[in-house]
Amino acid sequence: MKLTGAQILCESLIKEKVEVMFGVPGGAVLPFYDAMPQYPQLRHILVRHEQGAAHAADGYARALGRVGVCVATSGPGATNLVTGIAAAHLDSSPVVAITGQVARPFIGKDAFQEIDITGITLPITKHNYLVMRAEDLATVVKEAFHIAREGRPGPVLIDIPRDVFIEEAEFRYPDRVNLRGRRPTLNGHPAQVKKAAKLINEAKRPLIIAGRGVIISGAFAQLKELAEKGQIPVVTTLLGIGSFPESHVLSFGMLGMHGMAYANMAVNAADLIIAIGMRFDDRATAKVSGFAPHAQVVHIDIDPAEIGKNVRVDVPIVGDVAHVLKALNEQVAPQNRVEWVSQIEEWRREHPSTIIRETESLLPQYVIRQIYEITQGNAIIVTGVGQHQMWSAHHFQYDRPNSLISAGGLGPMGFELPAAIGAKVARPEETVWCIAGDGGFQMTIQELATVAQENVTLKIAIINNRFLGMVRQWQQLFYQRRYVATPLAGPDFVKVAEAYGIAAIKVTDRLQVIPAIQRAMEHEGPFLIDFVVEPEENVYPMVPPGAALAEIMEEPREEVRAR
Amino acid sequence: MAKHTLIALVEDKPGVLNRVASLFRRRGFNIESIAVGHAELPGLSRMTIVVDGTAALVEQVRKHLDKLIDVVKVTDITDDNTVARELALIKVKATPSTRSELIQIVDIFRANIVDVASDSVTVEVTGDEDKIDSLFRLLKGFGIREIARTGRIAMTRGAARPLVVEGKPQREAPRRRAKGPDVISNL
Ligand SMILES: Cc1ncc(C[n+]2csc(CCOP(=O)(O)OP(=O)(O)O)c2C)c(N)n1
Repeated sequence: MKLTGAQILCESLIKEKVEVMFGVPGGAVLPFYDAMPQYPQLRHILVRHEQGAAHAADGYARALGRVGVCVATSGPGATNLVTGIAAAHLDSSPVVAITGQVARPFIGKDAFQEIDITGITLPITKHNYLVMRAEDLATVVKEAFHIAREGRPGPVLIDIPRDVFIEEAEFRYPDRVNLRGRRPTLNGHPAQVKKAAKLINEAKRPLIIAGRGVIISGAFAQLKELAEKGQIPVVTTLLGIGSFPESHVLSFGMLGMHGMAYANMAVNAADLIIAIGMRFDDRATAKVSGFAPHAQVVHIDIDPAEIGKNVRVDVPIVGDVAHVLKALNEQVAPQNRVEWVSQIEEWRREHPSTIIRETESLLPQYVIRQIYEITQGNAIIVTGVGQHQMWSAHHFQYDRPNSLISAGGLGPMGFELPAAIGAKVARPEETVWCIAGDGGFQMTIQELATVAQENVTLKIAIINNRFLGMVRQWQQLFYQRRYVATPLAGPDFVKVAEAYGIAAIKVTDRLQVIPAIQRAMEHEGPFLIDFVVEPEENVYPMVPPGAALAEIMEEPREEVRAR
Repeated sequence: MAKHTLIALVEDKPGVLNRVASLFRRRGFNIESIAVGHAELPGLSRMTIVVDGTAALVEQVRKHLDKLIDVVKVTDITDDNTVARELALIKVKATPSTRSELIQIVDIFRANIVDVASDSVTVEVTGDEDKIDSLFRLLKGFGIREIARTGRIAMTRGAARPLVVEGKPQREAPRRRAKGPDVISNL
């Protein structure tokens, strides 16, 4: 039977088990939207800006571990997606973006709303397609979803000219993709696994650095087994948070620029780094030449191009983390590294890093800590970018994969609200807290309308410091307190929320924090709390830009001891 | 730093060259030359890419190229025993008094004169880069009007076929624009 391109697209999305799409219609995609009512199993959520659609699809993908889908029209709709696609790209998040394009005869003519979106997104997608025939649509959708998920996941864009949506073709959904030369290596090379096991068994001070690859691979149990069997302490990257339970005795938190002092000290003292599903981002390694100076490095990653990209590696293992760890665990000898583990313990006692100072004023760290206490950690936390993001990483204890959703690679302000919408739509049974900066929140604040219209029962905490906080912190520390363009004269967020029909309260006093969070949790619908916090609070510990991991700045009133 | 030769089989689709070039630009890798043409299998093109850089950098190039969906296979054949050739067309000023000397030089290089005009000749030469460079230097004295070089193409000697792939060709994609093939030499 012949179907239109639009129908073929809908049928194909259903074959890929798509349930939700986030998007905004427009001329070039109108035929697609017009077909949607024939497929009520495809839910479309209208956002207020396409950046929101892409972040929501990304948040959905991260919360559920399934492909997220966003839709935009040609030209401005497509370009508005770019930030969101880039964020998904840098964090290996499986997103399929569908854009309309001008009709085929107009391509290359600078027609109204014609933009070369496949050209624009070339460096920020895993792959992209311009579909020139309706008969190719099913195959392209099949390939796009496969590529988005396969190996190291990432975004794929499908650009579809308006007349291709209208063109008729026979619908046959392929049952296999046929991509030549494309088979990710899953099992690590046995000789390499053996070498790694030998290094691990001989190491006195081994340290695991776990990244998001562990979560993507679903290797939670295998990582735990490795750590416990070898009594190997674990630190994580920002995106690796949740790959190993933070309440575990072998967990020593996050490393990096705003990592725990003791985590960075452990990296500095280790004689073996076992880097798993992480890519040695500069926010994690700090100055590369000063990174883990005494350690040999085992690097496990599914993406061969990550091996040796930033850091010299002694034993690379290309493969899927779960597969590789399974093989590795068989060869790792049970050991008891009491001395090494208690050394890091001692550093943790001396440099606690997450102690919240006693004060009358309302500290942002305290707010986040209380969200943790009240939810007892049973929540998905979605953050923006900046100080509140780091405090969310520090003061909440994450024991489950995907319980922290944060755009670490791109660091796009404005991620928080739309990504939280995506996460809540993906996991309606979970409590989802959007922890926002007062700056970033205003970059996608219009998505409050989406929250209200779709009744997405999010809980939103604005950490309102009346500053572009993280930038202000750099100005304070490295630019002699010249606060250029960082003070914010924000709106009244409570009034804004109420204008959108969302219940909201303002909190200015420490004593109101717990009742406010409880009220938000008890409230049936979405709820926003504007926490008016201490304006000039800084994030510590901090490794200054350009310094090595060992050069840790701690809260000034404490003795700074860098090892 | 040394010149490395990579050979790649890529899907013969619109935009593939753009993807490869974009990758080089974005990662700051320097391309010396790229030559592209049809491969022995339908639907596939073969690229010969010459890059300048350390072994570690070239290995990064190779792995990033391999990540492109349309790149089917890529190999560094720098250390293999290979045949490598480049073709150049050189248009040289020629007067009745210089013509015989020109022909002698062309003969020594086993090059050919493929076009003769009243005041110039066009020389075709094949060989490795050094040979073409030497000829170029000798002809310079006569006055060079134009030169066109293809960039290196290369193949391993003997029975080895480092780029063999299995699998059927992918569905044939239509050309985006009907304006000629997506093939350029020497970026
Ligand atoms: C889109 C975008 N623009 C600019 C920046 C640079 N930047 C990083 S953090 C930050 C401040 C964020 O302020 P806010 O959202 O209020 O969070 P806070 O740091 O105060 O917690 C800025 C401007 C960015 N990361 N993203």
